[in-house]
Amino acid sequence: MNELISSSAADLAAKLAAKEVSAVEVTQAHLDRIAEVDGEVNAFLHVNTEEALAVAAEVDALRAGGLAGELHALAGVPIAIKDLIVTIGQPTTAGSKMLEGWMSPYDATVISRIREARMPMLGKTNLDEFAMGSSTEHSAYGPTRNPWDLDRIPGGSGGGSAAAVAAYEAPLALGTDTGGSIRQPAAVTGSVGVKPTYGGVSRYGAIAMASSLDQIGPVSRTVLDSALLHEVIGGHDPADSTSLTDPLGALAEAARSADVAGLRIGVVRELQGEGYDAGVQQRFDESLQLLRGAGAEIVEVSCPNFRYALGAYYLIMPSEASSNLAKFDGVRYGLRVLPEDGPMTIERVMGATRAAGFGDEVKRRIILGTYALSAGYYDAYYGSAQKVRTLVQRDFEAAFAQADVLVSPTAPTTAFRLGEKLDDPLAMYLNDVATIPANLAGVPGISVPGGLADGLPVGIQFLAPAREDVRLYRAGAALEALLEEKWGGPLLAQAPVLGGVK
Amino acid sequence: MSEINREAVAHLARLAHIEMTAEELDKMAGELDVIVDSIKTVSEVAGDDVPATSHPIPLANVFREDVPGATLTNEQALSGAPDAEDGRFKVPAILDEE
Repeated sequence: MNELISSSAADLAAKLAAKEVSAVEVTQAHLDRIAEVDGEVNAFLHVNTEEALAVAAEVDALRAGGLAGELHALAGVPIAIKDLIVTIGQPTTAGSKMLEGWMSPYDATVISRIREARMPMLGKTNLDEFAMGSSTEHSAYGPTRNPWDLDRIPGGSGGGSAAAVAAYEAPLALGTDTGGSIRQPAAVTGSVGVKPTYGGVSRYGAIAMASSLDQIGPVSRTVLDSALLHEVIGGHDPADSTSLTDPLGALAEAARSADVAGLRIGVVRELQGEGYDAGVQQRFDESLQLLRGAGAEIVEVSCPNFRYALGAYYLIMPSEASSNLAKFDGVRYGLRVLPEDGPMTIERVMGATRAAGFGDEVKRRIILGTYALSAGYYDAYYGSAQKVRTLVQRDFEAAFAQADVLVSPTAPTTAFRLGEKLDDPLAMYLNDVATIPANLAGVPGISVPGGLADGLPVGIQFLAPAREDVRLYRAGAALEALLEEKWGGPLLAQAPVLGGVK
Repeated sequence: MSEINREAVAHLARLAHIEMTAEELDKMAGELDVIVDSIKTVSEVAGDDVPATSHPIPLANVFREDVPGATLTNEQALSGAPDAEDGRFKVPAILDEE
């Protein structure tokens, strides 16, 4: 395989700085790879060829002009953007017919920061419609396929971003994580994904699903690369009132230290065992052994209220989503559909527009949310779910009194087949059982590759207290190094070859 | 069984401004019934002494400085509108009289 596409972002940055390669060469290699394999993978909804090459050429010109000192370390390293994040100059669809062809008049804050760093944007990646799903099958533009097995799902909602990095179409990508949409796709594609502390990365310009849960974060093939990207996009943004003012911490430094000696790692009793595939459990247990061998102290913690987290999530998330998606009314932007007959009132135009523009899963969640928020049910459902949220936070507090980080499998199973759970919403929702507690409590989480079960990737999740993202990178990088030593290279080196070119 | 039947879904769909066919209403009523049944234990978990959490990281009101910042131009704001006239969004009749 072309070394330019198999290199990590950190290696590409070093090669660019040493003038071993040009940014145009690096960007073109990834565009070529997209042209070669994306017909099969369908990770991209839009490829941003012209602008990506122009930004790369600008980086090369600055470097040639002796202005390398003014360049960000990742200047010229390309990135893919989940199509839930708005971008000037590229369409933003959110995976929905509602926004087909829509051009945002403004950039998300994370996009402004990527532009400032002069990272060429390769394009926009596929997702479940409005980020609602765990398989990318709810995209209005067809599912993304898992590079490990094209008949299987790449996870969701950020299956496009995860598949893009796993298929070497991009070294880096942006995702969003409301209940696991960065971490679960990372797990099932053998890549790395991080959900930062709630408020750690600005959400200005991320199309909102559930505002008290949504978080933008990095997607990559290595832990260090996620840390480097996190440092580009993270930090305070006055345009997002939930943005934290705390400093980010030395994330890349923590990833480079990769040291778990003396670290107390808590195994969450409730996030393993029943419901988790035997193969997933085995890889998880082996990872624990390796961490113990590297000097970590493994302790067991109990979070008894996590068993109610999934239920609370499926009340809070649809409630907030039904309210956030009310703005798609066929008036200000996006689709407008006129009713076929009868009076042409705004109310009927709205009804026809939303009927045609939204897919089944989005409609399901809007109706569920409308129900949970309706008079007579509000206290029993939304109110109770918010109390469970308090209990989940208390469980985390107690657990973090005993451990510096927590660990669990990221997802209970490996990638399932396309179509397998499409007609069973409840089975689909269970994929997020291990990732949801972090969103409810606002704490950060990372998924790193943990090996294979029946030839398919398994993810290991670390969770840290809020504002302690630095611990994720330290523990995640340590496990990555231990496992790669055992495997003799990265997990993705074992993936089947796509596109027929080695 | 939960309270979600076909009539309830039809009412909710009206509230949410989503037109639904008879077929869709039937399908959704069945699916939502199963989902609501599986999550209703949530209402039995926490007692009155447990406060609700609406936001994972507690924040006081956040205000910005009262100075003009960048805003969209009229053209930018209307650039995605399905219909516009004289610098304004154009909508169908608000009332169904006449």
